[in-house]
Amino acid sequence: MVHEGFCITSVEGLGVTLGRGELLRGVTFTLNCGQLTAVIGRNGAGKTTLLRALLGEIPHTGKVKFTRHDGTQGPLSMGYVPQRAPLDPSSPTSVYDLCAASVSRFPAFLPRRDRTRVSDMLAAFGAEELINRRLCELSGGEWQRVMLAVATSPVPELLILDEPQTGIDASGLRLFYEKIDELKKTRDLAVLMVSHDFGFLSEYADHVLLLSRTVRARGSPGEVFSSEEFKELFGGVGNIRP
Amino acid sequence: MGIFVHDFMKNALWALILITPLLGLLGTVVVESKLAFFSDALGHSALTGVALGTLLGITEPTLSMVLFALIFAYLLNVIRRSAVASSDTVISVFASTAIAAGLVFLSRSGNFNKFSGYLIGDILTIAAKDLLPLALLSFFVLLYWVLFYNDLLLISVSPLMASAKGTRVKLTQTVFMLVLAVVVMAAIRWVGVLMINSLLILPAAAARNVSRSTKTLTFLSLIFSLGSGIGGLALSYWWNSATGPTVALCGAGLFFITFALRGRVRR
Repeated sequence: MVHEGFCITSVEGLGVTLGRGELLRGVTFTLNCGQLTAVIGRNGAGKTTLLRALLGEIPHTGKVKFTRHDGTQGPLSMGYVPQRAPLDPSSPTSVYDLCAASVSRFPAFLPRRDRTRVSDMLAAFGAEELINRRLCELSGGEWQRVMLAVATSPVPELLILDEPQTGIDASGLRLFYEKIDELKKTRDLAVLMVSHDFGFLSEYADHVLLLSRTVRARGSPGEVFSSEEFKELFGGVGNIRP
Repeated sequence: MGIFVHDFMKNALWALILITPLLGLLGTVVVESKLAFFSDALGHSALTGVALGTLLGITEPTLSMVLFALIFAYLLNVIRRSAVASSDTVISVFASTAIAAGLVFLSRSGNFNKFSGYLIGDILTIAAKDLLPLALLSFFVLLYWVLFYNDLLLISVSPLMASAKGTRVKLTQTVFMLVLAVVVMAAIRWVGVLMINSLLILPAAAARNVSRSTKTLTFLSLIFSLGSGIGGLALSYWWNSATGPTVALCGAGLFFITFALRGRVRR
């Protein structure tokens, strides 16, 4: 069910130039609460750049206007699920360390007795048994569950995911998309996701943006996947089914 | 065990007790955030700092070193971020420039020997009056560590995730570099340009071999740092060797021991 939440983020004419290279130009779209918007595009199309600009990590031109649930304007609370990072296999940072550091100012290196909060936030994603594992030991699916737990504690207004499918098999992906679907519906979250699973996107995404330095096509998954621009960029690949 | 009856040994011991834990703590983030190359370059910049100090007539070399290192760290950070070349190349260019400029200035009037002590340092020159500033530095760095460690940890996993959580990533990184610059410069007179990075990296790297959490990493790195500091000082007294390198050698020993043990700790 696609319900029309009011506009939560409107992006108008966003551009990013780093050094001499223009990475994004005239990007315009809106994100609504309770909807999943997918960003698709080839390598180097500027997908990650767009996420970084929205997160305020790199300077951009154009206007980004955030409207909160209560109608006021201002910065949104955001959650970000990073791509599985190529962590050094000797890195000792554990799942508990990351979670504890993300929900509290209490220094993560000091011993503390209260582990229930971290354990509860992981349990929401079936990841409580990972609490003592090191981040570098996690599989693709485990990494996503831990990062989702971190990104949604506390529940943000805008959830941003960068290629969450990396290293997850098809059945894991189904569970993952179900979880995102449940979150966006029950928590009225706006979700922005960079992804290439055209099959799952046609099932779960409410909107798709086709990005290639600027928005080349946008609309429902059906509209975008049958557009001329999509065929031009992806050579009319037939992998629409999962 | 009468080695700590001499005042110079007592002062050296206190200085090591104050400074090595700081190096051990900062080292964990340097290693985890892959900044070892950066901290090495920072150490090299000390020579330029001393040279500029002499040129400008600043009588207290530590002051000119700290001032120059702060500027150096800030510039290096800005250029590293704008990423025109890969960051190890940028850092290398900076380090080479700093050490070459320092050596040219210091050797110009033929009095380099006066400054060669900065290369390996001399911890036995610490006077009682140097200890109070070190204690103050220690206090502020520990306070900084308790307040901002979580932000540094989040950034080491993913800067964007930290940013979404409300961490001011650039500011946090810049402040870390500046704190590192001050601690490195405070230690370098006694530890030496050649050895400062070893004291920063080795305890953390050794602790990393046998740690499965941030808690263990932090405490082992602290203990290794303090242990190799005190052990190195005692050995250097008995062997009549330079203290900085002897401390570094103890750190290296700990690294190889923990490296051999690591299979047993990893389940």
